[in-house]
Amino acid sequence: MTVRVQSAPFDFGAEGAAFAAGLPSGAVVTFTGLVRDPGGLVAMEIEHYPGMTERAIGAIVAEATARWSLDGALVIHRHGRLPPGEPIMMVATAARHRAEAFQAAEFLMDYLKSRAPFWKKEIGADGEEWVAARDADEDALSRW
Amino acid sequence: MIDVLYFAWVRERIGLPRERVETSAATPRDLVAELVAREDRYALAFADLSALRVALDQDLADFDAPLAGVREVAFFPPMTGG
Repeated sequence: MTVRVQSAPFDFGAEGAAFAAGLPSGAVVTFTGLVRDPGGLVAMEIEHYPGMTERAIGAIVAEATARWSLDGALVIHRHGRLPPGEPIMMVATAARHRAEAFQAAEFLMDYLKSRAPFWKKEIGADGEEWVAARDADEDALSRW
Repeated sequence: MIDVLYFAWVRERIGLPRERVETSAATPRDLVAELVAREDRYALAFADLSALRVALDQDLADFDAPLAGVREVAFFPPMTGG
């Protein structure tokens, strides 16, 4: 199980390939989140809480490995100023069969959205705005 | 003494990322009341506690949780990771 919190960019193809290398799994699921540009976005600024971030993600990954029989799990999440189109974060899960790998990846994503201490701010040409948490993201946790 | 940390727009409204606070507050809610009584910028940041989250020693907690033995309190808006 690997958790990385970093400002540097990453290559999600290379990360996914390195993650899958040598695993006995029949299924590897990867998800990558990119900086979306709704129009006029200059950058996304991502703040986090060093220390708590690693602790919270570690707890989320531990919960996923307790619920599903995983051969591996990877979480990478960036912070700092990211231009549109760049990867923000990725999760990868490996399991014997695809259902477990998909479910565990969705679980990781749902919890990373509202339980890991990151805050996004959109920097536009005309100003800046903190991204508000969506009720749907909180509601998504109830299915687990 | 306790370390108090602020993130995102809470940090911006208060104007600093962290400070050491001399307090005998029993809970985060009491600590907020002490800070709000100090200066307007705290009142602005803590106007609506339902819009805020609190962590005690880097674990999410309730505003009525005991502060006894806690070294680090953090206040921030709901998280928007992923």
